[in-house]
Amino acid sequence: MKTTIRVLTGIAAAALISTSASAGTLADVKAKGFVQCGVSQGLPGFSNPDESGNWTGLDVDMCRAIAAAVLRDASKVKYSPLSAKERFTALQSGEVDVLSRNTTWTLVRDTALGLNFAGVNYYDGQGFMVRKDSGIKNAKELGGASVCVNIGTTTELNMADFFRANSLEYKPVVFEKADEVVAAYDSGRCDVYTTDQSGLAAQRIKLKNPNDHMILPDVISKEPLGPVVRHGDDQWFDVVKWTLYAMLEAEEYGVNSQNVASLKGSKSPVIKRLLGVEGDLGKNLGLDSEWAFRIIQQVGNYGESFERNVGPNTTLQLPRGVNNLWNKGGLMYPMPVR
Amino acid sequence: MAAETKHAAMPAKPPIWNDPRYRAIFFQILVLGAVIGGSVYLVNNTITNLEKRGIASGFGFLERTAGFSISLSLIEYSEEMSYGRAFLVSVINTIMISVIGVFFATILGFIVGIARLSSNWLISKIAAVYIEILRNIPLLLQIFFWYFAMLGALPGPKQSVVVFDLFFLNKRGMYSPKPIFEDGFSLIVIAFILAVVAVIFVARWARKRQDETGEQFHTVYVSLGILAGLPLVAAIITGFPLSWDYPALKGFNFKGGLEMIPEFVGLLIALVMYTASYIAEIVRAGIMAVSHGQTEAAYSVGLKPGPTLRLVIIPQALRVIIPPLTSQYLNLTKNSSLAAAIAYPDLVLVFAGTALMQTGQAVEIIGMTMAVYLTLSLLISGFMNWYNQKMALVER
Repeated sequence: MKTTIRVLTGIAAAALISTSASAGTLADVKAKGFVQCGVSQGLPGFSNPDESGNWTGLDVDMCRAIAAAVLRDASKVKYSPLSAKERFTALQSGEVDVLSRNTTWTLVRDTALGLNFAGVNYYDGQGFMVRKDSGIKNAKELGGASVCVNIGTTTELNMADFFRANSLEYKPVVFEKADEVVAAYDSGRCDVYTTDQSGLAAQRIKLKNPNDHMILPDVISKEPLGPVVRHGDDQWFDVVKWTLYAMLEAEEYGVNSQNVASLKGSKSPVIKRLLGVEGDLGKNLGLDSEWAFRIIQQVGNYGESFERNVGPNTTLQLPRGVNNLWNKGGLMYPMPVR
Repeated sequence: MAAETKHAAMPAKPPIWNDPRYRAIFFQILVLGAVIGGSVYLVNNTITNLEKRGIASGFGFLERTAGFSISLSLIEYSEEMSYGRAFLVSVINTIMISVIGVFFATILGFIVGIARLSSNWLISKIAAVYIEILRNIPLLLQIFFWYFAMLGALPGPKQSVVVFDLFFLNKRGMYSPKPIFEDGFSLIVIAFILAVVAVIFVARWARKRQDETGEQFHTVYVSLGILAGLPLVAAIITGFPLSWDYPALKGFNFKGGLEMIPEFVGLLIALVMYTASYIAEIVRAGIMAVSHGQTEAAYSVGLKPGPTLRLVIIPQALRVIIPPLTSQYLNLTKNSSLAAAIAYPDLVLVFAGTALMQTGQAVEIIGMTMAVYLTLSLLISGFMNWYNQKMALVER
């Protein structure tokens, strides 16, 4: 119901917003003094409230980095927990400034939904989780299975494509909220739970007996996840995009939250430019020269964020894999910050 | 003097801006203009904003391939079919849960309502407790309760509850043999239709005879005999052109047969139990509205308690019951949209959910969804108004 209300509010907002209300998201954010960030309703490692109620995760770090760059303080973020179904309406209607919610970059979303993807902060792929005692070893054995899935996700379509392509029958059991998907799978309603591999690793922790379940090795899709902004606001689009690149560039050149202050005296021109010692790159983004310095100091570089939230030492234990830097065998390739 | 008095009694026609009739028309035009102008502004602004943000619009998406599967469909459906077809499937699912829900809620509601009035202390108190508990807990919680309680209690597919090797019950649903109609089955259907027509004639004839002679006829038994007999004769003649498709355990689950998914059952139980508690109170109010003198009068002309309730009390109570009952039917239909919470593939989940997300066309899809619920509600309301008029007191 709440979702429907949100969708309706979105439509009402689209109907009512006067055509010349907004001066641009960057100016709006600076004026109100916080970044309104759309996150998930609780996905460990990506966006999840910790014991004391603070949001943490890889996607949350993205919001914090934007706040650090624009508002000089990474804590100046307000979070809107959104279901998969309501997330785009919330962004389109201006309820959130940026959507950082494990969202897959697709053509339709980039075009027909009037959105822009500012980059990829996690390369993922869709997988399946089954009970160990089911004896299933790979996804091709899933014919006839009941599959629990979250509504409004690319997962839903990929699943349909996969079963269709392999001429396998299946029964989708589609829930509105991720929590109900997990509860229904845990209670045995479905044989299979499908979502992104990282999501499976995160949700597995929530199950009654995580060790009774296993994630199949098959990856059936490409799921590039990244922050999303509204179409047509290029300045804000640039800010979000280069915030992400700055975090990656920092990792590539060995700048982290520990050494960033001392590296201000570095001789490397790349680091000097990144930290705003030389040149004035921030001005081009509508920010000050120390924007990237603050991101690294307050949030850390991409590698630090990854290790802290989803890496091998966390409960998710996700390997760095394709999310490593391009020069270390991964896909993360920051555009030159110059 | 006299002329002056006459003049004062019939004042001159007031100026047009002071004439109440013209004033009323003027203000009505003004309000109408404001409403139309406001609507045009909203529609125009929506279209402009959608275009400005590059959000797709139009109804062309209805013909595109949907690409997703639906777990329950009364008509043929596959992923290759269009969004329009998926829309139809989901509308039918919504209508199905509403119709079946209204049917059972009415029966349960009448039983509980009459039980509440029972002179038996225990029965009346059980009904009272039922009503007070179910009426005062939010429906969404009840839906979650029945659904997850049911999932928890049922066994997995391999440990299914088996009844006569024909019915299987497990977490995936209830499986029963499915009838397959072979050649010649149409004859049985024709026989059944003939039987229905015959029953209508018998009922009319019996009524006429009772009006003329006062003699009663066993209409109910004769009707049941005709309804069962004619199709049976047809079946014997055609040699029972019916076979059964039995469910069998294959791989993960049962295949074949008729399948009833737990989402449907959970939602149905919750809707029926919840709405019945309201209907029970309406029925109680309706019966109590009929004066006790009616019962005494019926007894004094020699009617037994059963016919008294059936022929005297209920028809009068119905006049009070039907209008509030209509709004309960409307509530049940609209409440069925809570199905989305437990994965029953209704209009909100499939169309305003999956289809909306995949196309991103919120304005069109939410508009269509609203139109469907509005149409359903108006149809129910229209039918109940017709029935109400039929039952209303006819002054002679």
